[in-house]
Amino acid sequence: MTAASELPSWAALGVAILVVAGTTMTLLGSIGLLRFRTFYERLHPPTLGSSSGTMLVVLASILYFSVVRSRPSIHEILILIFMTLTTPVTFILLARAALYRDRTEGNSDVPSDPLQGPADPSA
Amino acid sequence: MSAQVLSWALLVAQLMLGLGMICAAVRMIIGPRAQDRVLSLDSLYVSAMLMLLVFGIQTGRTLYFESALVIALLGFTSTLALAKFLMRGEVIE
Repeated sequence: MTAASELPSWAALGVAILVVAGTTMTLLGSIGLLRFRTFYERLHPPTLGSSSGTMLVVLASILYFSVVRSRPSIHEILILIFMTLTTPVTFILLARAALYRDRTEGNSDVPSDPLQGPADPSA
Repeated sequence: MSAQVLSWALLVAQLMLGLGMICAAVRMIIGPRAQDRVLSLDSLYVSAMLMLLVFGIQTGRTLYFESALVIALLGFTSTLALAKFLMRGEVIE
């Protein structure tokens, strides 16, 4: 904690608020992942951590290193861009794989396909 | 004063990220099917990446940023490969 003592108080408070807000988002997402009932509900909460949680922590890191080195330090934005681009791709692929597995096994609690009517025609 | 607030905030942030990682690990152990386990692995590596970023703020070094970037890249690739495996039964066809 040597570098943090020479930080002005507004920057320290800003970094503290951003970091705590971002990690709270991530914690809420993980609790949702633990508590929700079906897989298709559980698919939603982890995106809290990978979108807004990552954004707030990356902003805190940018603010901290920009103030400490007294020059703009924006290379952390690579992580933000990368996470924003990759999270939808992985989650859509995972949801489609889960749908395929559930439909081939004939499970009943599958979301229906809007193009082909209900998943189970007899229901 | 403000430096003390910052150090406490970083400690709280690390504790919350650790708790989130524990939640994801519990879901990985109990999670009834394979897709739940892949999803919790994804959540776990996001939490680990944010933990490294917070650690970088705490120590004031840029070394941790690079490892966070590597974790983000490899986590994306591994989740993609696992989802492909669940879909097709093999990764490279």
